[in-house]
Amino acid sequence: MKKYSVFAVAREAMRHHTGWTRAWRDAAPKKRYDAIIIGAGGHGLATAYYLGKNFGITNVAILEKGWLGGGNTGRNTTIIRSNYLQDPSAAIYEKARSLYETMSQDLNYNVMFSPRGVIMLAQTEHEVRGYKRTAHANMLQGVKTEFISPEKVKQLVPIINLAGPRYPVLGGLWQARGGTARHDAVAWGYARACSDMGMDVIQQCEVTGIRSEGGKVVGVSTTKGDIGCDKLGMVVAGHSGHLADMAGFRLPIESVALQALVSEPIKPCMDVVVMANTVHGYMSQSDKGEMVIGGGTDGYNNYTQRGSFHHIEETVRALIETFPMVSRLKMLRQWGGIVDVTGDRSPILSRTPVDGIFINCGWGTGGFKAIPGSGWAMAELMAKGRSPLTDAFGLDRFTQGRFIDESVAAGVAH
Amino acid sequence: MLIVSCPNCGITAEETEFHAHGEAHITRHAADSSDDQMETYLFMRKNPKGVHFERWRHQNGCGKWFHMARCTMTLEVFGTYSAQTYAPPEELLAQIDAKRPGWRTPS
Repeated sequence: MKKYSVFAVAREAMRHHTGWTRAWRDAAPKKRYDAIIIGAGGHGLATAYYLGKNFGITNVAILEKGWLGGGNTGRNTTIIRSNYLQDPSAAIYEKARSLYETMSQDLNYNVMFSPRGVIMLAQTEHEVRGYKRTAHANMLQGVKTEFISPEKVKQLVPIINLAGPRYPVLGGLWQARGGTARHDAVAWGYARACSDMGMDVIQQCEVTGIRSEGGKVVGVSTTKGDIGCDKLGMVVAGHSGHLADMAGFRLPIESVALQALVSEPIKPCMDVVVMANTVHGYMSQSDKGEMVIGGGTDGYNNYTQRGSFHHIEETVRALIETFPMVSRLKMLRQWGGIVDVTGDRSPILSRTPVDGIFINCGWGTGGFKAIPGSGWAMAELMAKGRSPLTDAFGLDRFTQGRFIDESVAAGVAH
Repeated sequence: MLIVSCPNCGITAEETEFHAHGEAHITRHAADSSDDQMETYLFMRKNPKGVHFERWRHQNGCGKWFHMARCTMTLEVFGTYSAQTYAPPEELLAQIDAKRPGWRTPS
């Protein structure tokens, strides 16, 4: 792999950019690997990367049925934050956020991490109390957040209308070190680093079956033939239930479509991320100038990767009240992704009933921010059999009643 | 936008008049059941890619509950039926068989 640097750019400029090589190899599957990761999205690639980097396991294949980062990794609104209420969530999301800070250097790939700050608006009395509680919990967890006044919100976001008749802004939970990153670059950077360690990123290779003998996984069947492995990591978000079916166990997961949209590009007008959870809308401005808007989920099981129009209408209607200038914008694109939602709205990072199979799923509507932390923890789980970051996120919590309840307590946009 | 017919009041309307409430025909286990049964009842869901039977309520209409058979891959609504039942009606199943041969054995 050629190192990217200012000198490389200068050198290539001298020879009409003819010297750039592929960022990662387009590999064909070998007969056997020490570990196979299903899903070449952010979480899958990060898992493979940390398996190699932290544990020296590099005989790894990452299988992808579509193209690299073409699922939810390329469909989210790129928000990064770690202001969760429960301790296990704060630990893994804060790990992820801190890894984002140095990711461009670690991967030698510019992921454009922009710690511009994230505000979660409190628009009801209930939210004010909830976010103050979260700010206090974050203080104990070592996550730096603070509850700020409406005046401070206005100072940070001049385009906001504080005195909306239905949804007045009563304050906000502010995480100054939250922000955004270029989501495709996160997938591409990890893929390049994985390929450089000798791992095979295999695209258009759909897993069609999982082979096990005596309760232990021995390999997978794919559209590119059978591949053997000692350990298997399932990291496929929306289709986790489908894969678990193949392996013969069940998951407490339901898949729904979550959608987002972007406006035409305009001049810089908002340099922080604003989330308004009461109205299911959140917005940031991309480097190209587009306003990136995330909405809510459709209320029913769905695998179609598109969202209903009336949900966009709901989101935009509420945003217009809080950001009146949005009413003049034309919307350019709208898309949906299939998110896997658990009963307590927290992820599952766990061993499974089949020996050698590990699962990382259930990130629901907020997986992008967790990518590096999730990969770090999942790699440790796969290499060592357990990880302090994943202990609380086991599948057994649903029988034992040890929920990590983020659905009503913390600021999860769902 | 789904177009839904309410079997209770007979009105056909857009989906905004209704609200989905998840998988139908779930066995409710009581307090004296095992941990596994309780987990199955509360959390385990079929979440199929394809034909899904689910509970809906005519929220902004007659207010009553009913069941719906819908495809999660295409969003096609196969039909709705009364909630006072443990299983989908045979004629609806036959209709789905005709449209989606082999749907009963998951891929």
